[in-house]
Amino acid sequence: MAAGKNLSLFRDKPVKVLLAKPGIDGHDRGMFVLAKAFRDAGMDVLYAGLLPTPEEVVDTAINEDVDVIALSLLNGAHLVVFKKVADLMKKRGIDDIAIVGGGTIPDADRPKLEKLGITGNYGPGTPLKTIIDHIMMRAEEARSRKLGIA
Amino acid sequence: MVEPSSFWSEKLKKLEERDKSGDPQYKKWKTEVLDLWNHGSEGKEFTNSSGIPIKELYVPGDLDGDLNERVGFPGTFPFTRGIYPDMYRGRLWTMRMFSGFGTPEDTNRRLKYLIQHGESGLSIAFDMPTLYGYDCSNERAEGEVGKCGVNVSTLKDMEVLFDGIDLGKVSTSMTINAPAIVLLAMYMAVAKKQGVPLDRISGTVQADILKEYIAQKEWIFPPEVHLRMIRDMMVFCTENAPRWNYISISGYHIREAGASAVQELAFTLADGFHYVEMGLNAGLSVDAFAPRLSFFFNSSINFFEEIAKMRAARRIWATVLKEKYGARNQRSMMLKFHTQTSGYTLTWQQPLNNIIRTTIEAMAGVLGGTQSLHTNSYDEAWALPSEKAVKVALRTQQIIAEESGIADTVDPLGGSYYVEWLTDEMERQAYSYFDRIEKAGGILNAIKIGYIQKEIANTSYKRQLRIEEGKEIMVGVNKYAEENEPPIKILRISKKAQLSQRKRLSDVLASRDQDKVRRSLERLEDAMKDESINLMPYMIDAVESYATIEEISNIGRRLYGGWKEPVIV
Repeated sequence: MAAGKNLSLFRDKPVKVLLAKPGIDGHDRGMFVLAKAFRDAGMDVLYAGLLPTPEEVVDTAINEDVDVIALSLLNGAHLVVFKKVADLMKKRGIDDIAIVGGGTIPDADRPKLEKLGITGNYGPGTPLKTIIDHIMMRAEEARSRKLGIA
Repeated sequence: MVEPSSFWSEKLKKLEERDKSGDPQYKKWKTEVLDLWNHGSEGKEFTNSSGIPIKELYVPGDLDGDLNERVGFPGTFPFTRGIYPDMYRGRLWTMRMFSGFGTPEDTNRRLKYLIQHGESGLSIAFDMPTLYGYDCSNERAEGEVGKCGVNVSTLKDMEVLFDGIDLGKVSTSMTINAPAIVLLAMYMAVAKKQGVPLDRISGTVQADILKEYIAQKEWIFPPEVHLRMIRDMMVFCTENAPRWNYISISGYHIREAGASAVQELAFTLADGFHYVEMGLNAGLSVDAFAPRLSFFFNSSINFFEEIAKMRAARRIWATVLKEKYGARNQRSMMLKFHTQTSGYTLTWQQPLNNIIRTTIEAMAGVLGGTQSLHTNSYDEAWALPSEKAVKVALRTQQIIAEESGIADTVDPLGGSYYVEWLTDEMERQAYSYFDRIEKAGGILNAIKIGYIQKEIANTSYKRQLRIEEGKEIMVGVNKYAEENEPPIKILRISKKAQLSQRKRLSDVLASRDQDKVRRSLERLEDAMKDESINLMPYMIDAVESYATIEEISNIGRRLYGGWKEPVIV
């Protein structure tokens, strides 16, 4: 589904995104930029704080009923740590929350993350609009599932 | 000592009173020549990272009063032109390439490679588990061991890391903050094993925890606990290891987190003043410890802004140490610093362009009068650098040093109307921040309420929007971009690092004297509970018993818990 086709889904409740760095990684500049940009784009934004565990990220996402979890790592641990989040979501049978990723992710790792359902995986220099459009697209899928219209 | 509440605002007032009436000849030139020229510069915006508008030309009238007094001569107060009289003519800056990855064996090999290629000082990067005080066997360390630096869990790892390297001969900088006291204890223990007395070791632990809360976000405990550990290193090293720099007050990370040059300047120096006050409160005289305080600045891409920042930093530090803290020893007033080129300015796209960016930034560091320099490698937007990329980065410094002639005379830009004006302006804006920080209750309180972090996040977001709008150019990213660039060859850390580190740790745990470990940790815990005790000897004792970094950190975690940062965005 293309982004922005189905904005009526968000009429009552805007897109809700949880930003999280689930590894041992404090590089939060990009996260803070995204938090502000997502908010300026009308989204409801949560930040998971410093060093949340994958369990904490999943718990927060479920409790806060977000549409998208946006993961970031700049420490090279994305293959192990993003996977932990995806596995936990699967284990809990959650399919109406989308997971997207970003950070210093080598090209070769992208297909591996995609296979886990983690999309985007944008690197440095990606325009904010590209990221926002992608979040919107994934949020629409997630929200449609939530509302049982997928 | 001057009454603290008035010091900053008085200074600021004086700087704001500098004569800006301008130069009549310049005004004549502007109306009679420039305004008639009109070749397309109107409507364009010329500002630097600090938001300072840049004029088309700087003239003598932009510089108020007696320039000699505030610029002076190198090696003399206020050190604007450099801390040594002959600067690089006598001795070049130290070429110190930050390196560390994988296992201690991997990093030991890289260090020896760099020494062999002409590097003059060591600089160690640690991995995330080490930086946060976790052992490699911790569940959270999964996938992170050796990724961003070398992994160290016990003294055994440090012994391997420095195997065949004489600690009496090299100087070693260790980029470690929250657990700095543990790593310093390990370094001292290795030196002892090599038969090198403590007063012969030289080097630095970064240890600057204030900038962690501000920018890099690598803390373990609440600020006061870390500050006490810094105080203990300060006192212990002043008495026992006089060639060791127990702190490197760092603007680098503040800048990388999104600050402007002037914010980097102001927040870093404000941190520095806090450490000075801590030393004074610990009963040391300012001239006993201030000569060992050292700094670490970023050199980013706006060439003249960086140079002006470094020159202003020296002048401010010298002035404040003398006038506010009563320093008399010239060495206390000399701001010495390490420089690293900016990681943020490196692009993922068209990575070879990064060699040029790094060259410009490294030149700014040298023209700014740095004492040591790390040049980033062109592949570092992607990963830790490959050996090939590191060599180009080191050669960049060598070309600047030995071919370009830049180092032939001291402060070649001194007296440039633009550079001197910009130095004055950076200085004035820094004092304006010192005044605001004081009004926010001092730097520690300004951090606790998130004031500093919010200032940085705002600057960073504004800059990102300027890039999005094409007002700020990143070549290869928002201009001259190319489709389908071929991938470059990058360094990948194999999973073997984690396996072999975990194996070594379990061997150490199985073979150490458990009673000795338990007793040393109990003594350390008792010492931690009493603020008046210096922890350093207890730390050395604990690491020598092969207690792990996590066992040691867990004592503090149990006693004091962690720290939750204020909401920034």
